[in-house]
Amino acid sequence: MVDQSAVGRSFTPVTARVEPGRLRFFLDTLGETNPVYRDEAAAQAAGFTAAPVPPTYLFCLEMMDATVPFEFLTALGIDLARVLHGEQRFDYHAPVVLGDTLTFHPRVTSVTDKKGGAMTLIVVDTSVTNQNGVHVADVSRTIVVRNARPS
Amino acid sequence: MSSSPAVGDRIVHKAFPPITRHRLALYCGASGDHNPIHVDIDFAKAAGFPDVFAHGMLVMGYLGQALTDAVAPARIRSFSTRFAAITQLGATLTCEGTVTELIEQGGEKRAKLALTTTDQNGEIKLAGEAIIAL
Repeated sequence: MVDQSAVGRSFTPVTARVEPGRLRFFLDTLGETNPVYRDEAAAQAAGFTAAPVPPTYLFCLEMMDATVPFEFLTALGIDLARVLHGEQRFDYHAPVVLGDTLTFHPRVTSVTDKKGGAMTLIVVDTSVTNQNGVHVADVSRTIVVRNARPS
Repeated sequence: MSSSPAVGDRIVHKAFPPITRHRLALYCGASGDHNPIHVDIDFAKAAGFPDVFAHGMLVMGYLGQALTDAVAPARIRSFSTRFAAITQLGATLTCEGTVTELIEQGGEKRAKLALTTTDQNGEIKLAGEAIIAL
């Protein structure tokens, strides 16, 4: 079971580029037709230098370009089959647009046992910077681990 | 938004088509979230679930879409949610957002929105919040 010793652990930074083909696949999958995401002129009219990414896409970019998928789970000895997503938060500080190259720095910030140890909540906070060193966002995910019953 | 909203205004409202296995497979590829629990029924059953179920982030993606239909992306300062319940196959989701508070923060006028995603039975799947600049 994951304990307090996990707090403060960081994982391999992930570098991801916002690529047009991959972004279009995401937009098509969600049935997203808002022109701001698809049309350069519409994006510029909305104040962006190029098409912005949708509000949850930072989460995807980090997963798509991670060299070790689910590294934090493996590193903490958590079975993927026991994990549910508990909460998710994005704080946006600066625009993220097509062509940007982002770097994600994930770190465990809290570990909390619930229901007498039946579940553990783990918070991973990830700071995101772009190719110019601008801190563009903070992403926070809370995962719920359904712990095995002691046998 | 062209005019300032008032507390109680429902400014976000959008319905989405039923969640299919095909959609989950597409989202697996499009999002980079390759957790088999969302696409492989054998894996899901071994993990104690009756079937595959939607990625929480697919549902949050729909909520984000409903949000930016109503609010220009450049105005969104934060967006968060709690995943209150698993979203099952076949779920028909409706996303809504209501203004709960007008605030001044970071030197600008902002509004706080309470966001929900519910299924066809009215069960809340996501309960979230966004802070937007006015």
